[in-house]
Amino acid sequence: MVPTKKYKNMFVERDEKNVSWLYLDKEGSSANVLSKEVLEELDLCLEFVENTEPAGLVILSAKKSGFVAGADVNEFVAIKDEVSALSLIRRGQAVFNRLEKLPFPTVAAVHGFCLGGGLELALACSHRVARDDEATQLGLPEVRLGIHPGFGGCVRCVRLLGGLVALDLILTGRSLKAGAAMKIGLVDMTAPERHLKDAALALLTDPPRPRKKGVMELVVDSALARPFVGGLIRKKTASKANPAHYPAPFAVVDLWQKYCGRWDRMMHEEAKSVARLITGRTAKNLVRAFQLQERMRSQGKKSAQKISNLHVVGAGAMGGDIAAWSALRGIFTTIQDREPKFVSPAIKRGHDLFSKRLREKRLVQAAMDRLIPDVKGDGAGKADLVIEAVFEDIEVKRTLFRDLEGRIKPGATLATNTSSIPLEEIAEALSRPENLVGIHFFNPVPLMQLVEVVKGAATSREAMEKGFAYAAQIGKLPLAVKSNPGFLVNRILVPYLLEGILMESEGVPKTVVDKAATNFGMPMGPLFLADTVGLDICVHVGRIFSERLGMSVPERLESLVNAGNLGKKSGRGFYEYRDGKRVSPASEPKSPLDMTTVRDRLVMRFLNECAACLREGITEDADMLDAGMIFGAGFAPFYGGPLKYASDEGVSGIVETLGELEKKYGARFKPDAGWKLVSGPRG
Amino acid sequence: MSGLRDVFIVDGARTPLLKSKNKPGPFSASDLAVAAGRAVLSRQPINPAELGEVIVGCVMPAVDEANIGRVVSLRLGCGKKVPAYTVGRNCASGLQALDCAMKDISMGRHDLVLAGGTEAMSRYPLLVTPQMQSWITDWMVAKTFGQKLSLLPAFRPKYLRPIIGVLEGLTDHVSGISMGQTAEVLAHRFNISRVEMDAFSIESHRRLEFAAENGRLEELIPIFGADGTVYDVDDGLRRDSTAEKLAKLKPVFDRKLGKVTAGNSAQITDGSAMLLLASESAVKSRGLPVLGRMVDVKWAGVEPTEMGLGPVPAIAELLKGNNMKGADYWEINEAFACQVMACLKAYADPEYLLKEVGIDSSLDPIDTARLNVDGGAVSMGHPVGTSGARITLHLLNVLRRNNARFGVASMCIGGGQGGAVLLERVS
Repeated sequence: MVPTKKYKNMFVERDEKNVSWLYLDKEGSSANVLSKEVLEELDLCLEFVENTEPAGLVILSAKKSGFVAGADVNEFVAIKDEVSALSLIRRGQAVFNRLEKLPFPTVAAVHGFCLGGGLELALACSHRVARDDEATQLGLPEVRLGIHPGFGGCVRCVRLLGGLVALDLILTGRSLKAGAAMKIGLVDMTAPERHLKDAALALLTDPPRPRKKGVMELVVDSALARPFVGGLIRKKTASKANPAHYPAPFAVVDLWQKYCGRWDRMMHEEAKSVARLITGRTAKNLVRAFQLQERMRSQGKKSAQKISNLHVVGAGAMGGDIAAWSALRGIFTTIQDREPKFVSPAIKRGHDLFSKRLREKRLVQAAMDRLIPDVKGDGAGKADLVIEAVFEDIEVKRTLFRDLEGRIKPGATLATNTSSIPLEEIAEALSRPENLVGIHFFNPVPLMQLVEVVKGAATSREAMEKGFAYAAQIGKLPLAVKSNPGFLVNRILVPYLLEGILMESEGVPKTVVDKAATNFGMPMGPLFLADTVGLDICVHVGRIFSERLGMSVPERLESLVNAGNLGKKSGRGFYEYRDGKRVSPASEPKSPLDMTTVRDRLVMRFLNECAACLREGITEDADMLDAGMIFGAGFAPFYGGPLKYASDEGVSGIVETLGELEKKYGARFKPDAGWKLVSGPRG
Repeated sequence: MSGLRDVFIVDGARTPLLKSKNKPGPFSASDLAVAAGRAVLSRQPINPAELGEVIVGCVMPAVDEANIGRVVSLRLGCGKKVPAYTVGRNCASGLQALDCAMKDISMGRHDLVLAGGTEAMSRYPLLVTPQMQSWITDWMVAKTFGQKLSLLPAFRPKYLRPIIGVLEGLTDHVSGISMGQTAEVLAHRFNISRVEMDAFSIESHRRLEFAAENGRLEELIPIFGADGTVYDVDDGLRRDSTAEKLAKLKPVFDRKLGKVTAGNSAQITDGSAMLLLASESAVKSRGLPVLGRMVDVKWAGVEPTEMGLGPVPAIAELLKGNNMKGADYWEINEAFACQVMACLKAYADPEYLLKEVGIDSSLDPIDTARLNVDGGAVSMGHPVGTSGARITLHLLNVLRRNNARFGVASMCIGGGQGGAVLLERVS
């Protein structure tokens, strides 16, 4: 086959069977994205193909990474107003409609990433085949960026799969492997790499009959049932995402409920809806969060270092989960603790994690084979990186590191997962303090994306890079932080937590305190967070902080712990727990404070601490601070991070509120000098 | 041995030996070998991809473990380029693996070889009769309901009687008797009483108990089930074993008049032992530790119905071939209490040696105080593919502990063979 037509971002070949093969191949990029330029070229290309009157068209990707990773995120940040957004979307719809209306059969042969606009493109073809391997991912993750599919994806997905299945795919934004996509009817065939092109040809010459719709599907999509079903879906979605903060999923339900079956109208409304969403605050900020995530990820990928063997000392919940997660991600990991019985829970948790994530028996076995119990600590001598996750006791850690330093191989790096002890104090035990870096994970390790890579006074560039490389290798987001008490995330969370506890002891009902926080957009209220972390740990960390940051541990917290109420793990803390689930409390007294004051006291302490961290240069810049709080503390991503929130709301207003709170509640609300560094509204 | 290279045993580890509860145990044969093998690999400064070969002895891998050696090497992360094979010499498969490794290294083919044995006897399958197999095949081929119906009268309930894999495996189908019956033959020929063999068994348990409590099982590593259960002891050990209790047990193989019972035989167990072997150049260039030198291996044949005597010619010929009269410490695998006792009697009998082995030189007697000093298969069990590697590894630790130089580890082999290895501790 010879290229019959070459464009900048794609090329077309014609084979002896008169089939055209359109390869997407974006210039200067390792992945295909649907930028405006690519879309326009695709339009020209389809026109060319149509004029050559082929027997059929197969669309595929020349990139190793996959089919199409989605729309060009950078482009849609640049969109300023709804009118230009709408015209861009309409243009995309027009190109895909042209593809759909071609007078010969079309097949998308996809591999790797087939996401967002990429899947919408595939849906505009008559049929789809997906390469059957681990890398293939099909999905419509738009809601995660605050929008929904706009190039006809909502329409085609509902039309193809029925409302229930389509909405599930769009509302969750999850991606499917080839097999799962085949099962729901998103693709017509799956094939291993060696058969992918044959399968595409087979779909052209011998297309499968359209799927027969089930009775359930017909009922759900009927005009009569839609309002009722839509209500149910809205309710379920609202339990996961507040419509005030996340409008996109609800817009999709609306589209389906109002226009299902009237496809042209639905297409029209789909475009309008996306144009509205894309220019809104939520989408802008979610895109910002996505870009911050990409920035952190790219930092980890810079280093050529690779961890083959990891040794973890301390098989508690944290050490065990770090080891298991690393083994899951392909690293041979030895996990050490004093006796087999202390290692045992880590192995069980590892097996549970692997079973949940990998499912297939042989993959679970391979991960278990990489998670190596090591009571004697033999693996330390072989590891490229040794992570300590033992109890927070400076002497224990010093003794351990002194011993480790003499046993590690040349070029290996030492790391501590401490959350409250300054690196410098641990490094005193070492003859090469530059070889110690902090690698601070968050609980629960499998769910929390952020890893703070902590630079102590002596930490070398190489040790920092090792930390970054490791975090990237295990699919986490590394954030460089200065070795100050609490680093970034805990440092900012602790005042928020303590303020919540203080208000509770002042008589504000616990649910009111937590509700004020979740209404603002926090994933958890401070009291539930304290219970989840463990009140004993809160006291322990609180004490360390009170020494170093001049705060005191509330009496209420001490008295709870003294009474043996440690939070979730003991069954009682601020809340009561049954089988690990929170019991909703009986009726509570009226709050002495109004909701706004409760919210302000929580949020302002949080924000004020952010300003302090910015001033002290805990992170590289304000953006990285925001990234840390979004991915390490779950700070409402639709605000784009705490400092972005502050500048959007207006710094002067915040400083003013802080000043009022200071007058009422004392010096802890004194506006930090760091506010001078926070700029006004930022894009 | 001139012209060949010295072979050193660098390190080794074994799992606890887990007694079969007559149901599939928690670990497959490859799980066990991976657990032992990765303990060795994670503490030695070598990259698994640098191994020249992985060799695993196993009598009966599961049907999903064809060439279990390769299964183990891939699971250990040795990578695609490291070749691996599986060897079988029945009860001495683990020792055979070490012998193969030794040959590979001494010939100069490889510098580093991971070798050992594994067995999950509790997972030996239950099989269906051949009649049942053909009936099922017919049933599956039958297409119509009528065809299936017509097959029903051909079925016989006796087809359902399962074949117990472990019993078949422990039977010599050439001579037609079970391993236990070969032990009865020896008990009769060498006039060993039930009381004597029970006493041997009690001593084996006593020695293992002492060894376990005093940290003498250095090669033992704890292993973990997927549910977090810790397995860190040889659970066949009976701490409360007494002569009275043992006397009450019924003979198993010769039910009416026999003497061999479950109490004085090796237990059916699961377990693995894996060792790292290296050439002198590998030891020097990588600064590897050395447990000892593998000097020589000898294999010999005896009457299949007297398979338990295999160690006698193997040891005698091994020592003679190396111009030695004895060793400092000994291991003779305890397949049966009376079988080891028979070996000692035969070995001490110049007439037996001359007539049956053809050796007339006088060999030093084997001091029972220096034989199986930390117990043996009667107390901890005999995972058949594993024991040869286990006793070799343990004997090296015994030599080190006692600052002794030479050791001989030997075992009998179902089918009528014996194998013996000469080890030298080097500092």
